[in-house]
Amino acid sequence: MELLAVFLPLFGFVVAGLFGKQIGERGCQLVTCGGVIIAALVSVSLFFDVAYGGNVYITVLSPWIVSGEFVVSWALRIDQLAVVMMCVINIVSACVHVYSVGYMSHDESKGRFMAYLSLFTFAMLMLVTADNLLQLFFGWEGVGVASYLLIGFWNHKNSANAAAVKAFVVNRIGDFGLVLGIFAIFVVFGSIQFDVIFEQAPEMAGTYFTLFGYEVHALTAIGLLLFVGAIGKSAQLGLHTWLPDAMEGPTPVSALIHAATMVTAGVFLIARMSPLYEYAPDALMVVTIVGACTAFVAATIGLTQFDIKRVIAYSTMSQLGYMFFALGVSAYGAAMFHLVTHAFFKALLFLGAGSVIHAMSDEQDMRKMGGLWKKIPMTYGLMWIGSLALAGIPPLAGYFSKDIVLEAAWADHTAFGNFAYWMGIAAAFMTAFYTWRLLIMTFHGESRASKKVQDHVHESPAVMLGPLAVLAAGALFAGAFFYQGFVGSAHHDTGHAVEQVEGDSHGEDAAHKDDAGHDEHESEEHVSVEMSKEVFWGDSIRVRAENDTVEAAHGAPFWVKKMPLAVGLLGIALAYLAYMFKPGIPGRIKSMFSVVHTLLFNKWFFDELYDSLFVKPAFKLGQIFWSAGDKNIIDRFGPDGSAKATQKIAGWLSRFQSGFVFQYAFVMMIAVIGLISWFVFKNGQGF
Amino acid sequence: MLEIGLEHYLTLAALLFTIGVFGMFLNRKNVIVILMSVELMLLAVNINFVAFSAYLDDLTGQVFTMFILTVAAAEAAIGLAILVVFFRNKGSIAVEDISSMKG
Repeated sequence: MELLAVFLPLFGFVVAGLFGKQIGERGCQLVTCGGVIIAALVSVSLFFDVAYGGNVYITVLSPWIVSGEFVVSWALRIDQLAVVMMCVINIVSACVHVYSVGYMSHDESKGRFMAYLSLFTFAMLMLVTADNLLQLFFGWEGVGVASYLLIGFWNHKNSANAAAVKAFVVNRIGDFGLVLGIFAIFVVFGSIQFDVIFEQAPEMAGTYFTLFGYEVHALTAIGLLLFVGAIGKSAQLGLHTWLPDAMEGPTPVSALIHAATMVTAGVFLIARMSPLYEYAPDALMVVTIVGACTAFVAATIGLTQFDIKRVIAYSTMSQLGYMFFALGVSAYGAAMFHLVTHAFFKALLFLGAGSVIHAMSDEQDMRKMGGLWKKIPMTYGLMWIGSLALAGIPPLAGYFSKDIVLEAAWADHTAFGNFAYWMGIAAAFMTAFYTWRLLIMTFHGESRASKKVQDHVHESPAVMLGPLAVLAAGALFAGAFFYQGFVGSAHHDTGHAVEQVEGDSHGEDAAHKDDAGHDEHESEEHVSVEMSKEVFWGDSIRVRAENDTVEAAHGAPFWVKKMPLAVGLLGIALAYLAYMFKPGIPGRIKSMFSVVHTLLFNKWFFDELYDSLFVKPAFKLGQIFWSAGDKNIIDRFGPDGSAKATQKIAGWLSRFQSGFVFQYAFVMMIAVIGLISWFVFKNGQGF
Repeated sequence: MLEIGLEHYLTLAALLFTIGVFGMFLNRKNVIVILMSVELMLLAVNINFVAFSAYLDDLTGQVFTMFILTVAAAEAAIGLAILVVFFRNKGSIAVEDISSMKG
């Protein structure tokens, strides 16, 4: 069962990748789509089995490395955390696979594209089902490779190749941290098996090791190193520059890899290592700050961009920031909740944007769009759903998850929690604003496209709209449906109030879920028969009681709960005012705050900073090594030098080769005389 | 009356050999002269053989001389044949012109 869910995508990749020529494009599309769709169905049934049935499967496939104390096996660990990720990955991936059939219909190498998508899906599944850190790292690098291949899929474009290389190189920096973290875990715990690590984590809380003469708290160091890996993969502030550039890849890739799944690997990693992070409060503090700053900075950049995909990319980065500060305040369940809902609505937004780009003959600049809503009404409607969910308007998915994230940050009651809360509120306002800016610029007003493009505008085919509808259903209902399980409280007094909120709009779902909860858990001896986060997550996420901010979040005051919604609505209203009713406002604001605008429009000059700080010096250093070291020393005295010497000696020797036979004979003669004389005088006797 | 002994023969042979060697090295004209010089040197060797054969009363030297004469005849024939072909190809057998092996 679990093998099917993980290895069908691999099967699809192998068949489509190796035998693509034999089975043709249609065959490739069928085998990859079919594989992933079946895998998605299987993982949904696994989800109910594991998350609601409470069964955890650990399947050992084969030993991998056995070297002294260091023992690693290939194993699938299907616990609650993994199964949630598997559902998200397989469902979104299935949607993207089907969507790609339509989106890439004009492309020349469809088979290759589908194969890469399946490869990515497999690697990501490997990452989330890993039972040890090494297998996780295998998946981690696998998605990196797939991401590189897919960003550079249109390899005739220089910009795509550059973006692919950039993504790969920037991720290397993060991966270096991750590897060091894994090494450190092995040094401290003597194993990289999750069970062993988690068992020992409380005992190791007081461990210190010495590094360069400093006493370092072991778990904090490990937490920070692993977080460096997460920063790289999840495009947090510092190593985020690759994500916007990654939009050079085809849009389905952006939806699958750079919105829904791969970039959330960092969130998953930290949630997975929650038993460790619980004993490393300093590391969590760093996670909170970085997450909050990312949420804010990315949102500010999103305000000024004009490329439709880049706006959504910065929005993704910002939402990832939310997840990270939720992790930072120990609200792992809330982070995972936001991860799931975000996967749905962000994939929906990306695929919707892809549908727009498809309709506009590959135009991505929003300044050249406008007035599309009458021509592509289905896409328009679906984009509205995605945008409402992103902005956190009830009863859509984003409302539930974003609110619980922000409430948890507030409920942390520390300076950093408060900082994250206010940053998050600011980001929520900007999110709503730039999302509606995108909607209005794209779909409303006069069309600013050329005549030729306008005539060509068409609604996307059913094969593209179908997956969008599936994702839209997720964006609509996932929040209400999963609320109780992911972050719900086991205590009745607080849980009840929450139920009322969601009960208003989705009484049916809530009732249904309650039934399921009753059936499954009545037999177990649990404090609460209701579904709650403790029951749902089981042992896969561990939170120390004093850190349980999700629990505390349910008791947050009214203004804290309603603030995100209020600023979201304000943002939408302002966007309407600025872009629909009074189109002069943006220009005036731009000229009033031209310095700020320049800063934001140029993405806080991160690229320029890194360019002058790292890239240029690296090039210069390379130049020095090349010209001084390689050319002037190694080549000069090595290959070039010996070649030149050989030539010189050979030229000198060739002068003996006069070509005159008598000279040869003369030399021979002299030599014979010489030899004989030497022989005679050596023996010291005349004749 | 001067007794003609072994030393006279050896001196003659040495003279002949030296003439042959110099004829070979100092000759700038003709390849045929080189061939002739080689013959001269072989003759000098033959004289040595015969002289020693008579002196030591051992027939082996004279038998060997026969062989050498045969080889020398064959060699001269082949050498001349090569020269004929060479002349046909290059139009010259002057020693100065034969330097196509020059490095």
